[in-house]
Amino acid sequence: MKTIIFKTASTYLLPLLILFSVFILLRGHYLPGGGFVGGLIASIAFVIHSFANGLEQTKSLIKFHPGFLMPIGLCIALLSGAAPLLVGQSFMTGLWFEDPLPVIGMVGSALFFDTGVYLVVIGVTLTIIFTISETL
Amino acid sequence: MIIAILSGFIVAALIPLLSKFIKSKGSILLPFLPMSLFVYFASYLPRIGKGEKLSFVYEWVPSFGINLSFHLDGLSMLFALLITGIGTLVFFYTFSYLKGHIYLDRFYGYLSMFMASMLGLVLSDNIITLFIFWELTSISSFFLIGFNNDDPKSRKSALLALSITGMGGLFLLAGMLLLGTAGGSYSFQELLSNGNLIQAHDNYGWIILLVFLGAFTKSAQFPFHFWLPGAMKAPTPVSTYLHSATMVKAGIYILARFTPLLGGTAEWNTTLIIVGAVTMVYAAIHAIFRMDMKSILAYSTISALGILVFLIGLGTEESLLAACVFILVHALYKATLFLITGIVDHETGTRDVTVLGGLRKVMMPVAIAAGLAALSNAGAPPFFGFIGKDLIYEATLHFGDWAYLLTGAAILTNICLLFAGLLAGYKPFAGNLPAEFSKVHLPHPTMWVPPLILAVLGLVFGLFPVLIEKNLIQPVFSSLTNNDTLIHLKLWHGFNVVLGLSMLTLTLGVLLYWKLKPSEALFGKTLKFELFSPQTIAMLFGRLFSEFAKLWTGFFQNGYLRNYVITILGFLTILLGYRLYQGVNFYVDTAKLTELTIYEVIVVLIMIISIIFTVFSKSRLVAVASLGVIGYSICLIFLFYSAPDLAMTQFSIDTLTVILFVLVIYNLPKYKTFSKRRVRVRDGILSVFFGTLIAILTLEVLSEPLNRETSIFYAESAYILAKGKNVVNVILVDFRGLDTIVEITVLVIAAIGVFSLLKLRLKSIEKE
Repeated sequence: MKTIIFKTASTYLLPLLILFSVFILLRGHYLPGGGFVGGLIASIAFVIHSFANGLEQTKSLIKFHPGFLMPIGLCIALLSGAAPLLVGQSFMTGLWFEDPLPVIGMVGSALFFDTGVYLVVIGVTLTIIFTISETL
Repeated sequence: MIIAILSGFIVAALIPLLSKFIKSKGSILLPFLPMSLFVYFASYLPRIGKGEKLSFVYEWVPSFGINLSFHLDGLSMLFALLITGIGTLVFFYTFSYLKGHIYLDRFYGYLSMFMASMLGLVLSDNIITLFIFWELTSISSFFLIGFNNDDPKSRKSALLALSITGMGGLFLLAGMLLLGTAGGSYSFQELLSNGNLIQAHDNYGWIILLVFLGAFTKSAQFPFHFWLPGAMKAPTPVSTYLHSATMVKAGIYILARFTPLLGGTAEWNTTLIIVGAVTMVYAAIHAIFRMDMKSILAYSTISALGILVFLIGLGTEESLLAACVFILVHALYKATLFLITGIVDHETGTRDVTVLGGLRKVMMPVAIAAGLAALSNAGAPPFFGFIGKDLIYEATLHFGDWAYLLTGAAILTNICLLFAGLLAGYKPFAGNLPAEFSKVHLPHPTMWVPPLILAVLGLVFGLFPVLIEKNLIQPVFSSLTNNDTLIHLKLWHGFNVVLGLSMLTLTLGVLLYWKLKPSEALFGKTLKFELFSPQTIAMLFGRLFSEFAKLWTGFFQNGYLRNYVITILGFLTILLGYRLYQGVNFYVDTAKLTELTIYEVIVVLIMIISIIFTVFSKSRLVAVASLGVIGYSICLIFLFYSAPDLAMTQFSIDTLTVILFVLVIYNLPKYKTFSKRRVRVRDGILSVFFGTLIAILTLEVLSEPLNRETSIFYAESAYILAKGKNVVNVILVDFRGLDTIVEITVLVIAAIGVFSLLKLRLKSIEKE
């Protein structure tokens, strides 16, 4: 499927889709979206790129094995859950900053948790798809 | 107290960190752990001797009534001293026996763990913690038997021992739970005050049956005895410590401990007498045909355990006293003999009694220890064994109608045991020294001093029983019988029947030793009977079980995805269909359904067309693509019904699924043959049934009154409690955040699974 149109399109699609996935992740708390969907969209972005340019290209683009995203994401999710313990509240209590940040909006532990989910989903999807396409 | 018990675990946990130090020089420090514990427990002796009972309670899970409560009375004291005392000697002994072994640190770790578990077992007042320590001893025993882990036989024996004692442990747990329910408490002391209540309880029969099964498996009673000879694959210190002096006596301990509570009934006594008597005679006869020193001692240990069960079963004051004394007698001489076996094996490289001889010329102190132990075992005056045997005969002689039969059994057993003792303790050291052993020399003192100490104790206690009578045996006797009758141990009872029987045993035993020479031929003859032995039957059962498991697994886990799906769907269809047919009035509330729109009709039409494509297409890619179309259509339906979150997720998932399918399928060869028509029709029918069923269910659910409490709660509290407006997302990241953590963990595990399975395959292909 290495047509020139697809190839060119994928180069533009990749950053756009990733940006879109982050957008989906950030708006998740108020509007449709969230870490899970966001993660899926980001992985689709990479998969499209790998279809157009070959797996090796995508891999060199990412620089590290996507599998590493899994533990990182898990840790972020777990830490955001554990953070309330430090201020003496029970596990997974939502903590929020007082004022909204520019662009991102309200920031709280839930957002970090969702980011963790986002990373894990990317890691899992890409690991599975890359491994399968390498092996077969 | 808790530190004393747990110190073994703590040391066991620290040992891996200090492994280098222990392997070089540090191991000589380890014996001081049991030694200090011994001193600690011995310091309580005077108080115990005065009839005091000490309790130590630490809360653990108070809401379930499980506390770490420990109770130190005579019986616990005797065992605690045996465990720590023999433990000290065994720890010293190991220092030389396994010197330079690569796993020396590991060995000491297991040994400390075992010692701590065993201490916990005999000191626990709470019967649940008692069970936990009981299991810990089984587990540490498993590790110790399998210590030579490169020997398949050793691994097999370890597994056998674990499965037998572990199974018994489960029975014991069930028994303890029943007992706790019947008596209303898990504390033994509290149960003891409710003794009558328990004996009259409906479940009394079950309780004693379960306790028996636990005790018999642990203490190697017939027909569960066969794991013990196998357990002799372990290094000798282990055989000494676990499989003769302490762990196998855990079953005896349980029986003795529960005698005041559960004992005294006909069921209790008769069962114990029969099982004990069968075991002691059976194992004693087995012992005399063996040639391997360890094997001889293993069977004579089983026989001695049988004697103990038998004595507890007799249940008279005399017999219980005999049991108290015999526990100590046996521990002293049997541990000595085992340690000596270890020395002989270590120095000469064989344990075959037909080959060994004359070793006294090269290792005199060992020979002295062996001789003393053999004499104590034989029950020759003035050894401690003599007192023990006298008490046994006295107990059987005064046992009413069955006195002659029981005494006869006891005499027969003792003759065989005497023979076995001479075989292991006298034969290797007597006679001429074979030339091949002339270079043999005395081992390091840490090896030969321990057995000598034990053997000399056997003589000292015999000469001066007053040393232990008041402080040790009296409290043990009191905790067994629950009364304070004063006992009196003495060597000389005057000329009476008991003395006559003792002399008869001695004479006949020595005569037997003179006449019967163990040999290959004789041993071979006994092997014929193995066909009917419990071991063969148990092994057969085990084989049948694993065959059955293989068939069962082969049938259900056939490896074809389609068969799994068919099984699951078929089962669900039948189950749900039956339920719907039986008890549910099918009813669709048409008024609740919304109007059909043109968009929905179009989407459904698209779905139907793609289904037809999927089913009848001859190419996999077309089938996958049309499946994707169905998925996207479902997304549209979600959108129509205002569930954008679901639609988005469904959309991305479907995209990825199609990609995955394509990746996997793209490289497969073209269909060679289609499934047969018959199979396709069958699958079709099943699918139609299942689909209809789900449709009916969905409609049915709609007509049920809906409890919206939960969803209303989430909708209302999403912003107030979690500051989010997207309820779905708030549920995911906040209300049910813990679920999400687990879910993403599962995802990661799945990914790792795919990764490792495929990568492994990749590597093996590359190798070729």
